[in-house]
Amino acid sequence: MANVIEIRSLHKSFGRTRALDGLDLTVRTGEVHAFLGPNGAGKTTTIRILLGLLKKDTGEASLLGGDPWHDAVSLHRRLAYVPGDVTLWPGLTGGEIIDLLGRLRGGLDPKRTQALIERFALDPAKKARAYSRGNRQKVALIAALASDAELLLLDEPTSGLDPLMEATFRECITDERQAGRTVLLSSHILAEAEALSDRVTIIRDGRAVETGTLAQMRHLTRNLIDAELAAPVSLDGLAGVHDLAVTGTHLRCEVDHDALTEVLARLTAAGVRSLVCRPPTLEELFLRHYSAERVVAGAQG
Amino acid sequence: MTAGASIGPPRTGGPGTGGSGTGQSGTGASGTGASWAGLAGTGELARLAFRRDRIALPAGVYVITALVAGTAYTFRKLYPTAAGRAALAATGGANPALRFLYGRIDGSSLGSLTAWRYGMWAGIFAALMAVFIVIRHTRTDEEAGRLELVGSAAVGRQAALTAGIATAAAASVAVSVLLTIALPLVHLPAAGSAALALGIGCCGLAFTGIAAVAAQLTSSARAARGIALGVLGVAFIVRGVGDSAGAAGPSWLSWASPLSWIQAARPFAGERWWVLALPLAAFAAGTGLAFALAGRRDLGAGLLPDRPGRATASGLLRGPFGLAWRLQRGALLGWAVGYAFTFAASGAAAKGVGQLLGTSGALERAITRIGGQAAITNAYLAAIMTLAGLVAAAYAVSVILRLRTEETGDQAEPVLATATGRVRWALSHIAVAVIGTALLLAVAGVAAGLAYGLRAGSAGSQVATMLGAALGQLPSALVLAAVAVLFFGFWPEASVAGAWGAVGLVVLLALFGQVLQLSHWVLDVSPFTHAPRLPGGTVSAAPLLWLGLVAVALTAAGLAGLRRRDIG
Repeated sequence: MANVIEIRSLHKSFGRTRALDGLDLTVRTGEVHAFLGPNGAGKTTTIRILLGLLKKDTGEASLLGGDPWHDAVSLHRRLAYVPGDVTLWPGLTGGEIIDLLGRLRGGLDPKRTQALIERFALDPAKKARAYSRGNRQKVALIAALASDAELLLLDEPTSGLDPLMEATFRECITDERQAGRTVLLSSHILAEAEALSDRVTIIRDGRAVETGTLAQMRHLTRNLIDAELAAPVSLDGLAGVHDLAVTGTHLRCEVDHDALTEVLARLTAAGVRSLVCRPPTLEELFLRHYSAERVVAGAQG
Repeated sequence: MTAGASIGPPRTGGPGTGGSGTGQSGTGASGTGASWAGLAGTGELARLAFRRDRIALPAGVYVITALVAGTAYTFRKLYPTAAGRAALAATGGANPALRFLYGRIDGSSLGSLTAWRYGMWAGIFAALMAVFIVIRHTRTDEEAGRLELVGSAAVGRQAALTAGIATAAAASVAVSVLLTIALPLVHLPAAGSAALALGIGCCGLAFTGIAAVAAQLTSSARAARGIALGVLGVAFIVRGVGDSAGAAGPSWLSWASPLSWIQAARPFAGERWWVLALPLAAFAAGTGLAFALAGRRDLGAGLLPDRPGRATASGLLRGPFGLAWRLQRGALLGWAVGYAFTFAASGAAAKGVGQLLGTSGALERAITRIGGQAAITNAYLAAIMTLAGLVAAAYAVSVILRLRTEETGDQAEPVLATATGRVRWALSHIAVAVIGTALLLAVAGVAAGLAYGLRAGSAGSQVATMLGAALGQLPSALVLAAVAVLFFGFWPEASVAGAWGAVGLVVLLALFGQVLQLSHWVLDVSPFTHAPRLPGGTVSAAPLLWLGLVAVALTAAGLAGLRRRDIG
């Protein structure tokens, strides 16, 4: 079995709202696949269809070689899921919930659970109502990571974690990949996807707009430069510089990785007062790369 | 912008100081005293509370008003002569079990009888309404995190508490005002009407204060509600012991309970107005204490520490049934305790019920026609068993609707993402409903049988008879639970309204169906029409079997619907 998840032309509507509009998604065995998109793009709907919680309207979806709707229970023995918005039973402790979810999934390893609880610095004796959002997320993460599942479905798992715990989470995912597990990681944080994933699918308005390895998607990982200079400088005609905007000594542009050294050298030569250099946010990418497509689609409709 | 200065108290900051410090800087700008800054935004929050309670609050006020005024009206029809009323007052006042249930009787006028029969009970309902309103707008919002968002606006630390108290107090005042107007309309004296109306409203106020304190004590709304309702339960029992005790017994105990202050003000029997100062003092003391406590704690925290729980799950918390049981067992325990007390008291009252009803000429003729003294006792016991069945059906429906709460609250999602199928998940809660309903009915039967049997001198046989009579209601109660499953499976959005609507319809048919002389065809809609009327009636297996089959069929249909639909 080469592909853990195989989705073809998936459609799902809620009343008049189209959540998924012909989605394609392929996740290969043993890879960490990032599933990126802005809020409301259809990431959670896709995962809920894969979990058999929602029924697809049309299209094909297979999960671990089975049908996510009909074989839900048997498939769920082989996967672990972390919801994006973790709601727990306020009267149960974190430790009880971890054990319960593990048992419901068909057992978990107490040693590994204990190790994970220490690694994530969770107090398992606290009632869930006393947990912060990040701690609730840790409970769901520990329960998922302590299982023997072949596939991890993680829906924005780091949105409540602090940077320290985010680093711990990344280590854990790296370990899981080495152990041969497959991970579908939904996120709207591009840096997280860059750090962890082998392949990326970008979804917008219920449709996959980009899919491939990070190398194939280099054009999405340009750096954004915003600089205040001592003297005006010209970058016109330099390869790898895009969307250049100069007003006096203020300069804004996007730069490919290969051209970064050359651009920075020229800026330094002119004298730098302030400099911001960061990867574009996913939202910026969407605005830039796909807004034209939306206009065309709107004109047709 | 003063809003920036009064941005909400820190979630896990030091005790109070940070919050009140910023509050004071906010008042510096507006130039008023520091104590008023804590109240900023109270009006907005109170309006929000009224908006959220716009149906439940008027409904509660209406039910209490209608209960008391309706009783006064009915008594006029049932006991038209002074002699009949005096006999009722004499028997009702002589029976200790009835004194436990309703309190003492002062005088034998229509007003006195009304105040005896429903004065304290209306006070209990007013207290329940106050507790639910206060906790809902204070600790529930705080636990859910909504107050954190609200508190980050230009809203004072005491605003939510003040708004909750104001909403509950307004409900109590409304009950007082409406009853003061309504009771004279059914020809009761104005002074006594006002004393009874104020007594009931002030009882609501006293429990508003108690609930406000309870909301400060724990971090969980459920526990805070439990504390306030526990105080109400203790108040009921304390005054019950005091009221049922004879002159030689501890009758002074009654004064210790806010519930008996309604009758202590002697409405319609030489009003003692000063007694009304007691609940008002309790209200003032309770709210004062609540404000003092609220000023000393962090947002989200309680004064009673959260006990740490188990770090690992016990063997009981193993599968979906273990989870359902764990989520529902606390409520079941509360219901069982309530059932034990209510039906023990109702059973104990059966001993003198023949004499009691005998004082009403019309009723006596009607009942003797059916079969005399023993028939009256049996009819009474059968009626309270029907009541046990109806209330148990409401419990069963509340257990089933937990499924919907788990679904909309997103707690069902992680469970259904494991190897637990939908049907198994739903069946685990259905199993709790069946076990819990059977347990409650058994408690009702045993408690009523024991209490009646001990007074009648035949405890052993009465327990067996009444246990059988109570369990005879089980299939009917479960049919309503099955209706809830059906709604949950096919029309989840309508499940709460649909299931409670079915319960309401059945209750209406049971209470008024005979009176309104509805056709059999209509009465047959209610599963309780087909339940055996025990003790005294005959049992045949066929209707019980049919009810069981209907329950199973409706449940199976609901589960089939659940398998087909989207979750969430």
